[in-house]
Formats: sequence, C-alpha cells, structure tokens
Amino acid sequence: MNAVYAPAEDDVVARELHGEFIIIPISSGVGDLEDEIFSLNETGKAVWDKLDGKKKLEEVISELTVEFEGSAEEIRNDVTGLVEELLKRKIIVEN
Amino acid sequence: MGKKSSYVVTKNLNQASLWRNTKPLLGRLDIELTERCNNNCIHCCINLAEHDKTARDKELSTKELKNILVEAADLGCMMVRFTGGEPLLRDDFEELYIFTRKLGMKVILFTNGRLITLRLVELFAKMPPGEKIEITVYGMTKGSYDSAVRRQGAYEEAWQGINLLLANNIPFVVKGALLPSNKTELKEFEDFASTVTWMDRGPSYSMFFDLRGRRDSEKRNAQIKALRLSPEEGLSILTRDKKEYMKDKKQFCAKFTRPAGNNLFSCGAGKGSACVDAYGKLQLCMGLRHPDTVFDLRKQSIKTIMTERFADIRKMQAKNPRYMERCAKCFLKGLCEQCPGKSWTEHGTLDTPVQYFCDITHAQAEYLGLLGKGEKAWTVENWQERIRKFVEEV
Repeated sequence: MNAVYAPAEDDVVARELHGEFIIIPISSGVGDLEDEIFSLNETGKAVWDKLDGKKKLEEVISELTVEFEGSAEEIRNDVTGLVEELLKRKIIVEN
Repeated sequence: MGKKSSYVVTKNLNQASLWRNTKPLLGRLDIELTERCNNNCIHCCINLAEHDKTARDKELSTKELKNILVEAADLGCMMVRFTGGEPLLRDDFEELYIFTRKLGMKVILFTNGRLITLRLVELFAKMPPGEKIEITVYGMTKGSYDSAVRRQGAYEEAWQGINLLLANNIPFVVKGALLPSNKTELKEFEDFASTVTWMDRGPSYSMFFDLRGRRDSEKRNAQIKALRLSPEEGLSILTRDKKEYMKDKKQFCAKFTRPAGNNLFSCGAGKGSACVDAYGKLQLCMGLRHPDTVFDLRKQSIKTIMTERFADIRKMQAKNPRYMERCAKCFLKGLCEQCPGKSWTEHGTLDTPVQYFCDITHAQAEYLGLLGKGEKAWTVENWQERIRKFVEEV
C-alpha cells in the first residue's frame, strides 16, 4: 500500500468526451486490442484523478473513504481492484 | 463505491454509443497536408509539383495545424485522415502524427509509400496509427509504375516503403489506379494484394477519375478524361467477382436507393466530418472546393463553420432544370457519384448533371436488372417494386 502509481503518460491519453471519461491506448502493447478504449465510470474517474504519481495508494484510499460513502474495506477493495486492472493493461505504471 | 461491476468498461473506438445518444459535431477530419506530390501522375485531380514554392509558402504552418487538431479533438473528433498530395512530403509529418495520436485521435494515412523510411516505420511500430495505412500502387513493374507516376526511380522507392511496412508488421492495405500502363497487371496486383494479411477484401481501384478539383487546367482535364475507363470497361472491373458485387449492391440498394429530390446534399458531407485543405480552408468534403462552400480556418473556428455555414449550405436546393428533371427524380441517386463536388469539378456549378457518372450508374443498373436497355432511371415510376424484387431475389 506504499506504492505510488501514475498514468502511463507516453502510452495512454485520457479524454473527457461528451460527459464520458475515456482512456485511449496509443502505444504498442498497451490495452488489449487495437480498437479498444476504456471508459471509466464516476468511481473509476475519482480513483484515476488521485493516481498522480505522488500519493501512496494508502493515501488515495484514505481520501476516497472521506469523499465516498461505503465501508473502508469496500473502498479498499474497489481501489485495489481498479489499480490491478489498470496495471494489467499497462495504463498506469508504478512510480 | 462498493459496486464492483464496472470500474472500467472496454469499448470499441468506433462504437457509436461512445457518444451516448449524441454524435459529436466532428467525428472525423480529413486534412490535406499539401497538394504537392513527389509523383506526377497524369490522372491526378490535385497534385502540384513537389518543389512548388508558391504552394508550399501558402500551406498551413505546423502551429496552425496543431491548433486545428486541438479544436477537432475538443469537438469530439476521434479520427484524422492525413492525405494530400503526398502527406509525407511535409517535414513536420512526424511531429503532426505524434501530436494527433497524443490527442487520442487515430490516424489514417494515405500515401504512395515512397517516403516511408525505417525511422517512420519504427514510429508506427511504437505508436500505431490505429487504422491501416492506405497505399496506392501504380504498377507491379518498374516500367508500368514509373510510366504512371512519371518519375524515374519511384518504383524502387514505393516498393521499398511497402516492404518496410511488411517487414515490421505495420498494418496497411493497397489500392490501385487503373491506367493504360498497368491494366494488364491486374492479376499480378491482386495476387500480391491477397498476400497482404490486413486486406479484408480485394483492393479498391480508382478508375472513374475525378477532374482537377481546383479547375486549374483544361489541358490536364482533357488528359484525365482520356484515361477514364468507359462505363462498360468499368462495369467489367466492378463485376469481376460477381457474387461479391451482387451482395454489396443488394445491401446498398436496400438502404440508399430513392430519389433525393431537389436537396443538393443527400450525402453526409459536412455533417460529422469535414476536410481541411492545405491552405486552411474547411470544406464539406474532399471533393467540394466551390468557393461559395469553403471557409477560412484562419478566420473562423471549425465549430462556427460547421454549425453555421455548413448547416446553411446543406439546405441548398438545386435550381438547374436539367438536374431537377433528371437527378432529383432518379431513384439511383444513391448509386451514382453525382454530387455537388463532381458537378463543381466537371462544370463549375453545384447542380449540373455529370453525364459520365450517369452513364456508369445506368450501366450498373442494367447489369443488376433494375433498368431495361436504354431506360432512364428518372422515368421509372415503380422503382420501389424493382428494388424490392432485386433485394429479395436469391
């Protein structure tokens, strides 16, 4: 939980498009398939905004626990779940 | 929080639902980076000499192009087509390409392949365009190629470019231009095309060549006309895979055949897409350069032009009595290349019937059984019944 994560800036582009937050892989080997982009829901976007390459994951979880309803355990599971998904797809990197 | 199901939803970039119930003002932008070309094809509707200084001096600067790209992305654009002329002639191509990709937009590149270098291929490998590169092949032998493009050494350079893409596994497709110099090489070209793994179907061909889009040379237009295939010759090329042709046409006719009336714009030009010419004029499409229909991006934004100017132009009605008697009543309008752009290049107006395209369409319709020999489509009253029968027949 001391790890620090950040968007893979050279490999993905994050855009807000007509109210939808999307992540577009632009480098080879990032994401799954050529044509795929990723859409983050409101919760996902809130997590994404905090993965700034400075905050430790524990701090991210703490902040979200204050901002969102839900038990600390639920929020921890959500955040780590999302981070795992993004890491697997190389959309974020560990700093 | 706590609803685990969907932090991340994977979508296809081309999925319309990406924009929920609204489509973006601009989904795709075509950009002609230059009208200059390192080839000198006799059939080309746009090319200027590679070192034409006057043209180069008028072209959009890197900064101007970047501003246009930023506005396009802000308007929801997800795809940019770089074309020309030969777009790779621009010294800033790599910079513009990277800039576009970093805005999250895919790139379609139309090129003759001659300037594809290892450096460029390495860039495409690291940062893929997201769409297949499209290369026009002008011949399978040095003699036919160089004669079509009227440049010594072009053949070697073009095939070197193609081989670099192949060797580095960069997705591309090939297209052909049917010219007297390469007409006999059709099979050889198609055999090669069938080995290109990214080709979903046989190559497309330019053969009903457009006249000069700038209406800049009667002499060149006469040369282009002389190279055009006759409707019958064209039909024999289009129908070489009869099964595929009939299947395509049935699908097309089921959706798009009906008289368009006096509305000049029955196509989607300027609606969700647009074209920037090399000098910063925004056009509804690549073919329409009538001065009353193009607007200067150095003075107005894409948004203003698309929402105000293009919207007005798209409401334009035909006034030419010949158009109203024929094209407006023709149920084959969707099948025909007649449009304001073709009318402009051929006649300098927006609403003059272009006989050549009319003849091509009628030749196809006779082949498909939609018209009898010598019958004119605009005189047919039971067209709906004919379309239904054609679409339904096995």
